[in-house]
Amino acid sequence: MSSPSATAALPTPMISRNEPRTAREPGPPARPKGAPPWQDWLFERTTMFFTLLVLFTLVGIIAALAWAAVPAFQKFGLGFFFTNIWDPVKMEFGALAPIYGTLVTSAIALLIGVPVSFGIALFLTEMCPVILKRPLGTAVELLAAIPSIIYGMWGLFVFAPVFGDYVQPALTKVFGNLWILGPLFQGAPNGIGVLSAGFILSIMVIPFIASVMRDVFEIVPPVLKESAYGIGATTWEVVWNVVLPYTRAGVIGGIMLGLGRALGETMAVTFVIGNAYRINASLFEPGNSIASALANEFNEAAEPVHRASLIALGLVLFLLTFVVLACSRMLLAQLAKDEGQQT
Amino acid sequence: MTALHRKRLFVNRMNLVISMATMAFGMLFLLWILWVLFAKGFSALSPTLFTQMTPPPGSAGGLANAIYGSVMIVGVATFISTPIGILAGIYLAEYGKNGWLARLARFINDILLSAPSIVIGLFVYTVYVMQVGHFSGWAGSFALALIAIPVVVRTTENMLHLVPASLREAAVALGAPMWKVILRVTLKAVRGGVVTGILLAVARMAGETAPLLFTALNNQFWSANMDAPMANLPVVIFQFAMSPFDDWKSLAWAAALLITLTVLIINILARTVFRQSAVR
Repeated sequence: MSSPSATAALPTPMISRNEPRTAREPGPPARPKGAPPWQDWLFERTTMFFTLLVLFTLVGIIAALAWAAVPAFQKFGLGFFFTNIWDPVKMEFGALAPIYGTLVTSAIALLIGVPVSFGIALFLTEMCPVILKRPLGTAVELLAAIPSIIYGMWGLFVFAPVFGDYVQPALTKVFGNLWILGPLFQGAPNGIGVLSAGFILSIMVIPFIASVMRDVFEIVPPVLKESAYGIGATTWEVVWNVVLPYTRAGVIGGIMLGLGRALGETMAVTFVIGNAYRINASLFEPGNSIASALANEFNEAAEPVHRASLIALGLVLFLLTFVVLACSRMLLAQLAKDEGQQT
Repeated sequence: MTALHRKRLFVNRMNLVISMATMAFGMLFLLWILWVLFAKGFSALSPTLFTQMTPPPGSAGGLANAIYGSVMIVGVATFISTPIGILAGIYLAEYGKNGWLARLARFINDILLSAPSIVIGLFVYTVYVMQVGHFSGWAGSFALALIAIPVVVRTTENMLHLVPASLREAAVALGAPMWKVILRVTLKAVRGGVVTGILLAVARMAGETAPLLFTALNNQFWSANMDAPMANLPVVIFQFAMSPFDDWKSLAWAAALLITLTVLIINILARTVFRQSAVR
C-alpha cells in the first residue's frame, strides 16, 4: 500500500483547532459559590511541597555528607576504603576495619536472627491460640520499642559477663578445634567483642524480621493451605512447601529490612563491641563498626581531616543501608503486586 | 504406620517445638531486659531525681535538667514533624495516589523510616551545627523531627486509605471543596489512627541517642535555652553508664528505667486505646 492512501485513511478531525469555541460545547462544571478555587490549589500545593521536602531530605543527606567528606577523599583517595589504619595522631585514616566490623556484626545478627524470627512468625501464624495472638505479637513488637541504648547498657553490664563466663568457653570447646571455623571461636572469653555485638544485634532485628514474616504469612490464601492439609500434609510441610515458597519475596524483603536496621544500629553496638580498629580472625576480639566509631570519636575529632574521615564513614554507612533498604522495599512491593494480580 | 509416616510426624513435631522455643527465646530477652531495668533502676528512683541537677563525678544528684531537656527537645521535634508528616501523608493518599511523585516519595519515605539515626545526626551536624558554630537544643529537635516525619507520613497515609470513598463522595456532593473534605471529613474520620502514629513517633524519638550526640550534646547544668547545648536523658545515660563512678552509673540506670517505662507505656497506649478508636 502506498503512503498517500494511508494518510488519507486517517480520520479527519471534526472540529479544526482554529475554529472559535461555540456555546454548545459544555464548559467546566460551575464551582459552588464561597469556595474559591485558589484554596484548593493552595492546599494541594502545600501538601505537595512537604512531600517534596521528604524527597529532598534524602538527596540533602547524601549531598551534605558527600560535600563534608571531600577533604578525606582528597587526601586518601579511593584507598580510604581499602586501608586498615586509623591513626588520629599521624592523621592516617582508612575505613576497612569499621566497614569489616559493620558487615561481620550484621552477618552474625542475621545468622541468628533469621531462623529465630522464622520460628516466631511460624508460631504466631500457625500454632498460637487465638487469645494469645495479639498479646504475644505486641510483646515481640515491644522488643523493637526498647531504645537501643538500653540494649547497650544491658549488654555491657549484664549480658557480656554471662556471655563471657558461660557461652564463649562453650563455643571454644565445641568449635575451637574445627578446620575453618576454629579460629573464629578462639581467644580470651571476656564477653566484649564482635560476637557479643552481633548477638545483641540479632535480638534487636528479630522484631522487625518477625513482624514482616508474620504479615506476609498471613496473606497466603487459606485455600492453598487447606488443599495441602487436605492431601495429608503436616503443619511443617504446609509452611515449608506452600507458605514459604508463596511468600519468598516478602520474606527476603523482611530479612533485608532487618539487615538495614542491623547495619545502622549504633548505641547497642558501641557499648559492647570494644572499639578497636582491628580486623581479627577471632570473633571474640574487640572490633569497631562504622556507627560505633562515629558515636565514640566524632565529638573528639578536632582536626578537619579526622572529622571529614568520620563523615566519609557515615556516607558509606548511609549508601550501604540505602541499597539494602531499597532492595527490601522493591521485594516487598513485588509481593504486594503479585498478590494484587492473583486476587 | 509406615516408617515414612513416622518420620514426617517426627519432623513436624520437632520443628513445631523448635518454633515454640524461638518464641520463648524472644520473650526471655524481653523479660530479662525489663527485669534488669527494674532491679537496678528501681532502687535508684527517688524524688531528688526530679529536683536536682546532674552531679559532677563522685557526688549525688538528680536528672532534673536532663528530663527537662528531653521533654523540650522531643516536644519541639513533635511540633515540627506532626504538620509536615500529616500534610505529606495527605498528598500521598489523596492527591498523588499512583502518580510518579507519590510512588517515589513513598519509596524514599520507607527508606528514611529505617535509615540509621546516627547518619541523620551527622546530617544535621553538617548543615546546621557546623554553619551556626555551636551545638544546640534546636539542632537536636531538627534531627529528631527528621526521624519522626517518615513515621507520621506512613501512618497518616495508611489511615487515610482506610476511609471509604463513599464518605469523600458524600462530602463532595454537598459542595465542599477538596481541602475541606480532607481536613474536616477524611482526616477527622481517622483521627485516632493519626494520633497513634504521632505517639509511636514520640516513643521512637524519646529513646534515640545517636542523633543527639552531635546536635544537642549535653549540659551539666540547668539550661532552658534551646540555642545552647542541652542536657537530655539518652546522652546522660551514655555518658554516665560508660563512666567509672558508681553514683553516675546508678543515675544512668534510673534514667534508663524512666525512658523505657515512658516508651513502653506510650507504645502500649498507642496500640490499645487509640488503635481501637481508629478501627471504629
